Amino acid sequence: MSLLELKNVSKIYGELKALDNVSLHVDQGEWVAIMGPSGSGKSTMMNIIGCMDKPTKGEVLLDGVDISRESSKRLTDIRRDKIGLIFQQFHMVNYLTAVENVMVSQYYHSMPDEKEALEALGRVGLRERARHLPSQLSGGEQQRVCVARALINHPELILADEPTGNLDEANENIVLDLFAQLHKEGTTLIVVTHDPEVAEAAQRTIVLEHGKVAREVINENFGK
Amino acid sequence: MRSFSLTIKNLVRKPGRTTVLTLLTAFLALAVFGGSVVVFSLRRGLNSLEARLGADIILVPSEAQSKVSFQNMFLQGTTGAFYMDASVLDKALEVEGVEKAAPQTFLASLKADCCSIKIQVIGIDPERDFTVQPWIARSLTRGLGDMDVAVGCKVEADVGEIIRIYDQRCKVISRLEATGTGLDTAVYCSMDTMNALLAAAEDKGVSHKIESGDQLISAVYVKVKDGCDIDAVNSRLNGHIRKVTAVRTRSMLTGVSDSLAGVSRTVTVLIAAVWALAFLILLLVFALIVRERAREFAVLRLVGASRGMLARMVLLESALCGLLGGLLGVGLAALLLFPFAGLIESALNLPYLMPDTGIILLLAAGTVLLAVAVAALSSVTAAYRLSRVDPGTALREGN
Repeated sequence: MSLLELKNVSKIYGELKALDNVSLHVDQGEWVAIMGPSGSGKSTMMNIIGCMDKPTKGEVLLDGVDISRESSKRLTDIRRDKIGLIFQQFHMVNYLTAVENVMVSQYYHSMPDEKEALEALGRVGLRERARHLPSQLSGGEQQRVCVARALINHPELILADEPTGNLDEANENIVLDLFAQLHKEGTTLIVVTHDPEVAEAAQRTIVLEHGKVAREVINENFGK
Repeated sequence: MRSFSLTIKNLVRKPGRTTVLTLLTAFLALAVFGGSVVVFSLRRGLNSLEARLGADIILVPSEAQSKVSFQNMFLQGTTGAFYMDASVLDKALEVEGVEKAAPQTFLASLKADCCSIKIQVIGIDPERDFTVQPWIARSLTRGLGDMDVAVGCKVEADVGEIIRIYDQRCKVISRLEATGTGLDTAVYCSMDTMNALLAAAEDKGVSHKIESGDQLISAVYVKVKDGCDIDAVNSRLNGHIRKVTAVRTRSMLTGVSDSLAGVSRTVTVLIAAVWALAFLILLLVFALIVRERAREFAVLRLVGASRGMLARMVLLESALCGLLGGLLGVGLAALLLFPFAGLIESALNLPYLMPDTGIILLLAAGTVLLAVAVAALSSVTAAYRLSRVDPGTALREGN
């Protein structure tokens, strides 16, 4: 069953076609990697799927809803309810502790629940660091807090943009293991990456070039 | 509620920013509350002086103006005395347009062994007085008896205490309400007591005799009938009574009133300048905050905060800083104004009477509200810009 479907999506900035008539679908529970060189349209696609931007043309169906036609307010609601976002940079609110950074996502979603937030931090191995401010955490720890924050509201889709780009190998493995766990639990993952090793962890890789889908690669070794 | 808890965390954990915003609004509040209290005190002082003089015209001996500044006697409590014949009172009552007239007799005590304190003593005629008695009646239910005195609030003597004036023992039976004028430093007694004091002063070698009459008076307070032209009555009095000058009380107060208007204008301009400056600084601070917090707000947008929520959060933060600053500013102003009211009065050299507690509380509440409103208003642009932060762009710019 398809969770996400892009139909002939284009994003045009003046003369530049950042996305050019792209069509693809992602099934519920699938783990997809999106690769491509700089300027290939990866970030534009992530912005559109993440409800942070709208396409110039085409339809984007997320869980059956065409998000290309929704209002800004509605897009905020959809993003809050259905999507967990992870970026390459560790975007935390610098005056909140690790657990509060997780809870802030609950604030705007439903009700803050510290116990649940602590459990989410425990899941990324940071239960003991819950009361630390971002400035007291390493880069890898901050990224793991961001992962905990992304999954606290049990989103249907985790959308990660170069999630391991700034991590050492140990932290990269922790994050990929977490993704594997989430995938097993049925969460849909879309991971934008430059790193072939990160892409190989996914079931399927979509390669973008010049704003178009250049090819798709099925990972035959997935799960082995 | 959700925004509120984030707001509090932000204010507490960003103490530098919170302190700057709070101090700026405190500075505003201090200027407004302090300035307003000073202006209100001056106005009340003038009103009080006007009420205490209570007459349209005052008759004094022609040489009085050269002997002592009549105005300074009322404003600063300068001691002094001048006398005329008591018949002036009857002559004044004969003049067309005069509704009532009451005499007062002045005597300055000495800074010598015979007197406890150097003060101005004012004798009133209980039968005729219409200026001092209503004031005395507020703190004393009975009239002034023989050798009884009522003292102004700044005279250092307690009720029940005996003070010596030219070796005469006078009993303090009342302390009067403050007027914020020189009248607060005077002592009031009946004409009988005054006659005894005048005689005692004479014995001590203080000469004040004029040629005729047993009764000495220093001034006659005149109330003009409703509908009569005060200037015309004033002219008639000057023409009718020789060696006496009729002075309109309003003209006595004109100088005070002009000075008060000048001080009020200066204070108002200062307040406006402080507000303009602080408002500009606040705008600048909030402009810097927009740059500093763009990423934070982008994160909050990503996790589901709507633009309205973020705008409200900024407004609430600034309003809370305004509230803290307003309270701090009012508190600081109170610490400066209330204990040093006497110094302010001396420096301004104008009648100065603090407003009632109710008015002060209203001024304080108004100032705090104003501080909250200005702080919130200066953050409106910042709130709008931060709520419009594009999360995708802001977060990628951080990469």
